[in-house]
Formats: sequence, structure tokens, C-alpha cells
Amino acid sequence: MKPISILEDRKNQVFTKGDDEFDISCGKKSLAGSVSQRACVFCGSRVVLYPITDALHLVHGPIGCASYTWDIRGALSSGPELHRMSFSTDLSGTDIIYGGEKKLEKALFELIDIYRPKAAFVYCTCIVGIIGDDVAAVCKKVEAKAGIPVLPVHSEGFKGTKKDGYKAACDALFSLIDRSREEIPEKIPLSINILGEFNIGGETWIIREYYKRMGIEVVSVMTGDSRVEDFSSSHRACLNVVQCSGSLTCLAQKMEKEYGIPFIRVSYFGIEDTSKALYDVASFFPDRPDIMEKTALLVREEVAAILPELYEIKADLKGKRAAIYVGGAFKAFSLIKALKHLGMEVVLVGSQTGNKEDYALLKDMCNPGTVILDDANPLELAKYVLEKDAHLFIGGVKEKPIAYKLGLGFCDHNHERKIPLAGFEGMKNFAREIHETVSSPVWDLVPRKCFVDVLK
Amino acid sequence: MLLRHTHTEILPREALTVNPAKTCQPVGAMYASLGIHNCLPHSHGSQGCCAYHRSALTRHYREPVMAATSSFTEGSSVFGGQANLIQAIDNIFTTYDPDIIAVHTTCLSETIGDDLYQITNKAVKEGKVPPGKHVFHANTPSYVGSHVTGFANMTKAMALYFSKSTGVHNGRFNIIPGYVEPSDMSEIKRLAREMGIRPILFPDTSDVLNGPQTGKYKMFPQGGTPLEDLVSTGDSMGTIALGPLASADAARALDGKWHVPCRVEDLPIGLSATDRFIDALRKAAGVSVPDSITRERGQLLDIITDMHQYFYQKKVALAGDPDHLIPLVEFLVQIDMMPIHIVTGTSGKAFEKQIQALTAHLPCKVNVKAGGDMFMLHQWIKNDPVDLLMANTYGKYMAKDDDIPFVRFGFPILDRVGHSYFPTTCYRGGMRLLEKILDVLLDRMDRDAPEERFELVM
Repeated sequence: MKPISILEDRKNQVFTKGDDEFDISCGKKSLAGSVSQRACVFCGSRVVLYPITDALHLVHGPIGCASYTWDIRGALSSGPELHRMSFSTDLSGTDIIYGGEKKLEKALFELIDIYRPKAAFVYCTCIVGIIGDDVAAVCKKVEAKAGIPVLPVHSEGFKGTKKDGYKAACDALFSLIDRSREEIPEKIPLSINILGEFNIGGETWIIREYYKRMGIEVVSVMTGDSRVEDFSSSHRACLNVVQCSGSLTCLAQKMEKEYGIPFIRVSYFGIEDTSKALYDVASFFPDRPDIMEKTALLVREEVAAILPELYEIKADLKGKRAAIYVGGAFKAFSLIKALKHLGMEVVLVGSQTGNKEDYALLKDMCNPGTVILDDANPLELAKYVLEKDAHLFIGGVKEKPIAYKLGLGFCDHNHERKIPLAGFEGMKNFAREIHETVSSPVWDLVPRKCFVDVLK
Repeated sequence: MLLRHTHTEILPREALTVNPAKTCQPVGAMYASLGIHNCLPHSHGSQGCCAYHRSALTRHYREPVMAATSSFTEGSSVFGGQANLIQAIDNIFTTYDPDIIAVHTTCLSETIGDDLYQITNKAVKEGKVPPGKHVFHANTPSYVGSHVTGFANMTKAMALYFSKSTGVHNGRFNIIPGYVEPSDMSEIKRLAREMGIRPILFPDTSDVLNGPQTGKYKMFPQGGTPLEDLVSTGDSMGTIALGPLASADAARALDGKWHVPCRVEDLPIGLSATDRFIDALRKAAGVSVPDSITRERGQLLDIITDMHQYFYQKKVALAGDPDHLIPLVEFLVQIDMMPIHIVTGTSGKAFEKQIQALTAHLPCKVNVKAGGDMFMLHQWIKNDPVDLLMANTYGKYMAKDDDIPFVRFGFPILDRVGHSYFPTTCYRGGMRLLEKILDVLLDRMDRDAPEERFELVM
């Protein structure tokens, strides 16, 4: 194999702590021709709104966009499962020529007749933006007749990155919140909205339970295991607690502006971050010291319950090296802390969508020699994983087979996983999963020594 | 459960696909491109298309799947994607160094009207394509046909772009294997070689998407049809195209351009379709069928006869691609099963007619729909239950909801292994299909048998 070269224009997106001095360049469009691991605007919108379980999610476009997003995420529901169906207008050649508005209208009526959903989201795909369907007008018309909110999601794939998709989803969600809002303006005492939590593997349920024990009322979750009617009182919450770096921050900002709800950013991943999240929420209600007491008790109990097993696992994992490549950088922060807890060393960390502040913080958090990457391609990932001789790779579906080909353990920290990694319980699951893969005897069977050859 | 949403009453649906039994052209084009040695597929469209197609193929094959994208922006959607593609070509050859870039379009680039001939020519003129390297393209608008159409278009494009004729026969035969698994492609090659034929198989994803664990990551694995073989297809004695939808266009293109005579056969799934394939090889090359192949055929027939009573009048529901379903239905009918609900997402009236002809003599009503979806199939099943379901992984929801024995067949298979290593085509593939079918049918009998009827020997 030839030495792996890095595109000249990407040099500022690859950084080695201790060796390099420049600021990491980020937030750039991927270079044309790169084998990027990134997705599109539609993808961003789809993942944010998908867990609204009793809404209709209709993909307006050719069949592909609906096929590729049919039930691939592990967002669980405690009730309706309409969100897991795949609905598409399946646009064909003639629709492209004459426009897809009529078909869209018909599709909406057909679906609403059968399923009686509480609201409908219409996702615009690339083609819709080009042929110029007035999706908003169709939605308005159907809404007037059907009597449920019908919301266009302006998620044409080419309009930016996944982040812009989050924004399109936030716009649609805010529109739903604002429209279905009940007329009572008073705040619900001791209440919060949870934002950016998608109930992957049941994580929302774990977090809800913590808040219940703390005496905090969760008004609505955006969007894990949510129902349309939950959002009618979202505007009455005292605080928005935002998880996940990119996805719902803009909704929180909008709600702050419109309803005066302040927000804090948290992470529920790892012991430190989960505790901090809960303490931060508790300290938002300073005139209720009992909440802080209950929180402290909860953290003590939960930590005590998982520590013995974590220590056992740590003994096996100590000194092992990990590489992280995730979507949002915020997730990377939590992962670094959690891996340190397990005695592991992070040798590579990268994200698809990190911003300048994110990378500055990453630089601070990492040990010298750690490679930091923005919008990496598979060759770069493989190169540094080998150079750093990692034992573990944490990433998503496209990274998994690369890690396995190289002969190292893998943990899926993306949205397809079925195991909850949030909260204290999630930390235990995470540790088990890491242990399961890193300590597996199969790595003794693979020709790891070949690493040396690859680098030549 | 996902499919508890399926109601039994079948209402007319005009504007809507629910739970699709197909996907779009570009993923088929990407899959075909991966079957060329040292070739990087390139998606000329938004970033998401490429990410989705790579993810879909990665989940199905559990292998790294490489492809680049033009990363369309709002600007390129207005002013055209020329600048993106030329920059992409430059970057790809500089960084990843493939021999070939296979560009496929998307709904976006098709609709804005990018002229790929003109753009790739410009790239060549500007010196972005190093000497000896190639860029070619296929038009694969997502709003026409399905993933099978995309595969067919890319396969035709590679035949037309690379093939040359020196006027001297190369003594070889072109075989276009159709939209089948890497394991099937190896099996088809193996049988051709057993017949004493030197095939040029294209595309050929074996050893690309079913590679071994080596501890190394290679962007371009060792498999794939070599460039010189593709060039040489114009000098071949003939072409055998397997699967009319996926392969016929490419075969006819070679016939039209270089007068390489072609035969189009069904995919060799099951006994008779494989017989026809072997016969086509035999006639084309003027060879006789070796004993080794006759033995394999006999073994398949042996399983059929040994176990025929378990197939008797078992009702089957099927979802898949037309090229697969036609020989599969033929095979199932032949072994006394009754395929009664058959759905493909790919449109085409010819498919419905063929299935109707194959099932005309069955003593029951047969539902068939081209351009249908899984939802429709599930509704049919609810109205007229079956003993066996064969479909891609998404079939598992129906199987669980209605407690139906289920064999995974088609694309994508997201929850089991085997399809990339063990073929379902040719005689041995037929044996594997029967093994899978019998396993689920007999397991069901065992599960449901009252104690006094629980049999040791079956």
C-alpha cells in the first residue's frame, strides 16, 4: 500500500496535539471527491423528527430517501409506532415534469384517512427543491381540510450539511409547538423540557426516571418517545435541557426568544457528565434545596450501584487505546471522559460537524500526540488508527467494517444501536460493551502484525 | 410492532408507496461499479445520497464500501455541478489513486440537466485525468425504475465505454451475472470454468464485497473485473446475459457495437433455469457438460425427491426483484409449492404476465404486482395466509406479526450472514435454497407438533 496522502486542502482539518500549532479548520463543506462519512440535510431532519411516534412522516421524493431511512434507528416507543412505517410519494418521471403537488396532496389525504395521525411532517428531498413544488401551500390546504397540523420540513439534501437539516427540523418542530400551544401561559412549577434526546435503546426512559426521582416534572421530550400532544404545553416549562451538540440548540434558542425559557446544554453520557447534568438542573431551582438533596442522593446511589463492576472492567481495559469518530463533537467530549474512567487512552478523535469552540476544547482535553480530525475519510481514519495502534474504534455504520478489517474492537455509538448508553446505567452498558469487544479472543486470531506492513 | 399498522382491508392507493420493495437507481449503479477492479464509484449529487448508498451496502455486506461524492451545494444546484465534478475527479486521482472513476448521476443532477459527457470530456482536456486512467458515467435518475435499473445502466455504460474490438477473437465468453451476490458471481464463474470456458465476468464483486479478514484495510480489494478484460469484451465469442432486466441492455449494446452475439437467460435460480444457463454455455462454446456438473444437478434433484412431500402445496409469499422472482417462482412451482402472493417494487407489465403464465395451473388465486410494496404484500398475506415468506430483511416484521416461517432472500439482508459467501444460484445455490426453506418449514412442524406427532426422522 502506498503511503496515504492527505488532500492539500484538508491539511488544516487534521491536527496532532503537541506537533501542530494551527487552528483546526472546520464547518467547511466536504471537498468534492472526498470519501466523506457525512450525510445530508434530509438525513439531519429525519433523525430529529423520527421519534415523534404518532405523527405521519411522509417523504416527498423518489423512493430512495424513504427506503434508506425505513426503520433503521433504534428510537423506541412506549405506544404508537406509526413513525416506523415508510411512506413515500415515490415520484416518477412524469411527476418531475409536471410537478408532484397533486400526488403529495393525494398521498396525504390517503394516509390521514387510514391512520388518523395527530400531525403530519412532509420531508422535502433534493428533487422537490428543484422542480419547485410549493409544499408549504399543499400542507396548508391539507391541514385546513384534515384538521391536524401538516408541517413542511425544508430538508432538500443539497441545501447544506446535516446541521442545516437539524435546523429545518427545529423550524418544523417549533411551528408545531407554537401552533398546538394551549392558551395557559403560567409556568408549570419545577418543570423542564428535554431536548435532543431520541430514546435510542430506551435512553429517554432512563433519564425521565432520574428527573422523576429528583422531583422535577418533564413536560415534553424532543423528540424521544414523544406524542404530538406532548408539545401543547412545552412552552410552559421553566427550563430547556439540551442534549447533543448540534441538533436542537436552535430550537432552544427560539424557545428562549419566544417564550422566555432559558436553556442549558448537558450530556447524559458517562458518570461525570450525567451527574453534572442532573446537578445543573437541580441548581436551576435554588429555592428548593430538597431537589438538590434528592439529586445528590440519586447520584450517590446510582454511582455506588455501578462502581464495583466498572472497577472490574477497568482492570482489564487499563492502558488500552481508543479512537473516536462521531457526528457531533459534544458526544466526543463525553466519550473521552468516559474512556478515561475506564482507564483507556484516547489516541484519535474526530467529528463530522464540530465547530471551532468544539475543537479548541478537544485540544485541551486530549493528551499530547492525540490526532484530531474534522470530516475525515476512511483512509485517514485507517492510517491513524494503525499508527496509534488502537485497540478500539468508536463510530457509526460506515466505520464498523473498517475497524473489523483492521482487526480491532468496535463500539457503535450512533443511532442504530439498540443498547442504552445514557445515564449511570448506560455507563455500565457502555463499559460492558467496550469490554466485550476489546477483550474478545477473536483479535488474537487476526493477523494484527500485518499493521506494520500496511504502513510501509 | 411495526406492521401491526397493516390492516386487512385493501383500499385503492394511487399516490403512495408504503414500506417499499425497492430502492433507487444509484445504489444499484454503485454496486455494479464496485465490480470493476481498482474503481471508485462516484455519486454526482448531494452528499447524503452517497452516504445512504454506502451505508445500505455496508449493512448488507458488512464490508467497507468506498465511494466519493460531488457534494452538491445550493450553488451547484443552480449553476450546475460541472465545477464540483471536475474538482472531484482531480481530488480522487490525487488522493485515492484508482484506475477508474465510475460516475453515476442522481435525481438532483439529472433534473438540473448536467451533461456528463461534456463534463468528463472537459476534465480530460484540462488534464485532470492522468494517462491510462479512466472516467466514465451512467445516467441513473432515481425517479425512473429501481435499483435494478441503476445496475443495468451502469453495466451497460461499462460495456460501451471500455469495450474495443481488435478484429481478432480472444477465445473467451462474456458473462453478465446480473444483480446477484458476490458469492453467486464466483459460482457462475466456477461453473463456466468447469465447462472449459474462460469467462469475462462483468461486473464481478466477488473478492470485493466478500473479502477475507486480513488485518489490513485496502481501499481497492483484489477482486473486480480487470480493466483489460473489460476492454477485451468486444473481442469475445459471445455474451450470455443473466437476468433480462439487469443484464440484457449491456449484452445488446456489445452486440450492437461490436457484433458480439448475445443470449439473454433468466438468472440461474433453481433447477430448470440453471439447466438453461448450462445449456446456453454448452451451445455457445460448443463444449459438452462435464460429469462434475451433471453430478451437482443430480444432487439438487436428489434433495427435491427426498423431501418432496414437505413441499406439497405449501403456500408461499415472495418479495424481491423481477430477475430473481421469475426463476424462483418457476422453481417453487416445479417442486410443488404454491407461490400465491408475489410483489416486486420494480414496475413492468411483462413481469406480471410471466408470473401469471408460470402459475396459471395452480389451483388457487395468485396475486402478483409489479410496482407494488411490502405493505400490499402484507395485506394479501393477512387475507390469504401462507406457509412460507421469502423476502429481504424487512420481511421479518410480517413474519413475526403473522408467525410465518421466513427465508431471507434478496437485498438488503441486514440481520444475517451467509449471502455474500454462499450462493443461491446454480445447482449448489439451489441446494442451499432448499436447505433454508426446509429448515424453516420443518422447524415449524417440530415446534407445533403435539407430543405424539413429534417425529425424530423426517
